[in-house]
Amino acid sequence: MLNWINMLSAWAVPVMIAFIPLYAQLKKVPVYESFVDGAKDGFSTAIGIIPHLVGMMVAISVFRASGALEFFVGWMTPFLEKLQVPAEILPLGFLRPLTGTGSLAFTTDLIKTYGPDSMIGRIASTIQGSTDTTLYVLTVYFGAVGIRNGRYALKVGLFSDVVGFIAAIAVCLLLFG
Amino acid sequence: MINKIWLALILIGFVFAAVKGDINVVTQAAFEGAATGVTVCLGLISVLVFWMGIMKLAEEAGLVKGISKILGPVVSYLFPDVPKNHPAMGYILSNMSANLLGLGNAATPMGIRAMQELQELNPDKETASPAMCTLLALNTASITLIPTTLIAIRMNFNSANPAEIVGSTLLATGIATIAAIAADRWYRKRHAWKQPPVIPPPASTLSLKR
Repeated sequence: MLNWINMLSAWAVPVMIAFIPLYAQLKKVPVYESFVDGAKDGFSTAIGIIPHLVGMMVAISVFRASGALEFFVGWMTPFLEKLQVPAEILPLGFLRPLTGTGSLAFTTDLIKTYGPDSMIGRIASTIQGSTDTTLYVLTVYFGAVGIRNGRYALKVGLFSDVVGFIAAIAVCLLLFG
Repeated sequence: MINKIWLALILIGFVFAAVKGDINVVTQAAFEGAATGVTVCLGLISVLVFWMGIMKLAEEAGLVKGISKILGPVVSYLFPDVPKNHPAMGYILSNMSANLLGLGNAATPMGIRAMQELQELNPDKETASPAMCTLLALNTASITLIPTTLIAIRMNFNSANPAEIVGSTLLATGIATIAAIAADRWYRKRHAWKQPPVIPPPASTLSLKR
């Protein structure tokens, strides 16, 4: 099972890089020209993130360097350590459903501080990659059609975030532990 | 919401540094954070340019449609109250397929079109229908095959194996999606959908007869 998942990680990207252009070719898409056409958007997307990420990185960097982060998370450490869960991950669980760039900045900060191949780096990457920003999705989708009463939608979204957060930690401890 | 979080992070950091008597830390951390933000984005350029090129191919080759066919039965199970031939179905399928491929930019407009179609079926225009809630649940948990941004950031910080998180991410997102669907089903049953009351024929038509 674990071997199989690691193999999936190794093969997923190469297979998509080979399969998608091949499939496009079979569908008679001019592959290289379309590729270049789409690739143009990548540059503006990356540049467009700069102000968001700089803003969030500054806030999170100040929050951490001042010792505030440690103060808020520190009391949970002994409890979480028993479960082998690094307490540094905890704030990500709160940030992830609320702000996409905020949690991306926090994940980046964790990867930078502890290294991408540390357990913290792996768990943070998995959490960040595995769910979308619930509050953002709710606002955009319901806002677009003028829904004011979302009924149980927020509860369902947050519940799935909590489950995803715990699952990400458990899966990483199992897979990389 | 985001405004408050941002301000709170900075202000709390400021107060902590001030109380500890180490105010220099704020300046240093702020500029260091800004520098990291830019570096990470510059590092994202290479991967995003490449990946969005590949994704354009997926889009033009009609891969979204291909996946839609596979997802068809799943979607009709998840949306029992949407008629099979209703245009909403098509948009829901495209939205899910685009999400799966990681085509975030294509998924959102499709999802909004689906919402608009579902709104047509919705008797109460200000309250979300069960189908709308299900669509939202699927999008907040959004299964993605390849977490490209994260792979790029890990590459940036010299990971020995940037893609090793693909498997763990897929597992975690799969579990989160199952949880979202289960919770949605549970709530859907509890909040039995209230039909709009049947309006009796107006009494005025009778009074016309005298």
